[in-house]
Amino acid sequence: MSDLPRLTIGETLTLLASGETSAVEVCRAHLERARSVDPKVLAYRTLLAERALLEAERVDGDRRARRPLGPLAGVPLAIKDVLCTRGVPTTCGSRILEGFVPTYDATCVALLRRAGAIVLGKTNMDEFAMGSSTENSAYEATRNPWDLDRVPGGSSGGSAAAVAADEALAALGTDTGGSIRQPAALCGVVGMKPTYGRVSRYGLVAFASSLDQVGPFGKTVEDVARVLAVISGHDPLDSTSAREPVPDYVMGLRRGAAGLRIGVPKEYFPAGLDAEVEQAVRAALRAAEGLGASLHEISLPHTEYAIPTYYIIATAEASSNLARYDGVRYGLRAPHSDTLNTLYVRTRGSGFGPEVKRRIMLGTYVLSAGYYDAYYLKGQKVRTLLRDDFDKAFEKVDAIVTPTTPTAAFRRGEKVDDPLSMYLSDIFTVTINLAGLPGISIPCGLTRKRLPIGLQIVGRRFGEETILRLAAALEAQLKFREHRPLLAVDR
Amino acid sequence: MAISKDEARHIARLANLEFSEAEYDRFTQQINAILDYVAQLNRLDTSAIEATAHVGAASQVLRDDAVRGSIPQDEALENAPERDAGLFKVPRVIG
Repeated sequence: MSDLPRLTIGETLTLLASGETSAVEVCRAHLERARSVDPKVLAYRTLLAERALLEAERVDGDRRARRPLGPLAGVPLAIKDVLCTRGVPTTCGSRILEGFVPTYDATCVALLRRAGAIVLGKTNMDEFAMGSSTENSAYEATRNPWDLDRVPGGSSGGSAAAVAADEALAALGTDTGGSIRQPAALCGVVGMKPTYGRVSRYGLVAFASSLDQVGPFGKTVEDVARVLAVISGHDPLDSTSAREPVPDYVMGLRRGAAGLRIGVPKEYFPAGLDAEVEQAVRAALRAAEGLGASLHEISLPHTEYAIPTYYIIATAEASSNLARYDGVRYGLRAPHSDTLNTLYVRTRGSGFGPEVKRRIMLGTYVLSAGYYDAYYLKGQKVRTLLRDDFDKAFEKVDAIVTPTTPTAAFRRGEKVDDPLSMYLSDIFTVTINLAGLPGISIPCGLTRKRLPIGLQIVGRRFGEETILRLAAALEAQLKFREHRPLLAVDR
Repeated sequence: MAISKDEARHIARLANLEFSEAEYDRFTQQINAILDYVAQLNRLDTSAIEATAHVGAASQVLRDDAVRGSIPQDEALENAPERDAGLFKVPRVIG
C-alpha cells in the first residue's frame, strides 16, 4: 500500500487492470501520503478525502460490472486552485475568493472526470497565478519537497510539489509566463504548456486571456502525454479553443529522437548563465545527438525584449480580468460599506495581495488614456517580432531546446522584496507564451546541492507530438527518475 | 516615463483600489522601476510592424442564434454575499 504513491500512471493502470490493486486502495494510499507529508510540503489547499473515495468506489464498481472505463480510471490527480471545480472551494490563492464555491467544473476537469480520474484535491498557488514561487499565496507558502527551505516555483507550485512528493499521480497546472514549466524544473518533475488553444480555458479563472493555458504535471513524459490526451480538444464553450484534431500523444512517444533537428538559441545561453544549469543542458544536448538528433545553433534576436513585453501585456490583461472582483456576486465583500463605490474599493483593498495590486496598477496604467500606444500597442508589436523569430527558426529546426530556468530552486524569501528579480526567473519561459507555442520541461540533472535542473523543449504550434517524442527519448537516456536521491521531505 | 504619486492616485481610482500614503510611496517606486525596465522596448522600431492581438487561429467564432439553457437563477445567486428577491443586493449606487 505504501509503495502505490511512488508509481507512475502507467504502472498504476497495469495494477488496476490486473486486479492487484483497486482504485480505492490507490486513493487511500495517496490520501495517507498526503496526510503524512503535506503538513511539511503544504501543496494542498483542499483535500477531498471523502469525495475522492466515493469516486474511487464508483470506478471499482464499474470495473467489477465490466462497464467501460476511461483512460485514467482510478488515477488520483491534483487540480490547481485556479480551475473551477463544482461544489469544491476554489480560491485562486486569494482571500477575495475565500468561500467561493463554483457551480460548474472547468471543461478540463470535466474531461478528466469523464476519463475516470479521481480529484484528490485543489493545490496551492501564487495569488491569481501571479508569481514564480508560490510565496504570493494569501494562504500558505508551499515548500519544495527537495529542500523545504526553498520554493517550489510558481505559480503552480502546489501542483508541482504534490507530484514531486508523490501526493498525486499527476496534476493540472496553468501557465501564463512559465507557471507550469518553471515549477516543474524546480521540483524535478515533467510539466507541459500546450499550444495556445489546445486545451479549453472554460472554467479557468482568467489572469491574461491571450497567454493562459492549462497543462499537465507528471512524474514521466508518458504520464504527461496521457493527461494531455484527455484534456485536449475543441470546446464550444471557449471561443479561443482550437479545432485542431488531437493526435494520439501516447503512441507518438515511441518514435524517438532520430532525425530531429534541434535548435539551440544562443540568447538562451547567455554569458553568466549558471554553470551547473548550462552544463546539465549541454550534456543532455550531446545525449540527443547520440540518439540521432542534429544540433543547430540558431538566433532568436528579440529575446531580450520578452520580459518587458510580457509585463506590459500580461498586466494589462490582468487589470481587465480582475475588474470583476468587486464584492457583488461572489467572494469576499467588505462589510459596512455605505455606497457601491466604497464596497468596490474596500473589498478589493482587503481581498487582493500586494503583487496582484501592483500588477493591476501597472496594467491599468499601460491601458490608460495617453499611454495605450506607448505601452500596450508597442508591446503587441514587439510580440509580433518575437513570434516571427520563432517562425523563422522553425523553418530550419523541429524543436528548440533551452534551460527552463536560469537557476535551480532559490530560497524562500530571497526574491519577495524585489519584484523585478522575481520576474526575471521567467526569462526563458515567457517568450513561449507570447508566441503561443507548446513547451515542456523535463528534469535533466541535479546541482551539487542536489537540486533539480530543468530542460525546456519548445515546438511549433500544435507540435506537441514532436516535443513529447524528443522529451521521452531524452528522459529514457538521462534516467533522472532512477537516480533520484531521497527527497528532503522523506529524510 | 515615471509616474508621480498623484498619477498613482489617479490610477488607483481607475482600478478601484486604495492605498495608504506609505503604500503609495512604495508602489510608485516599484512601478517606476518596472516602467524604467520596460522602456527598453523603445529601442525597437516597430512602425512597420502589425500588432499581435491574438495568437490563436480563430477570428470571429459564432454560433446559431438558438436558445440554449443557461445557469438557473438560484445557482447564479449561490455565492452571493447578499441577495434579495432573486437579485444581488448592494449598497446604494448613487451618493
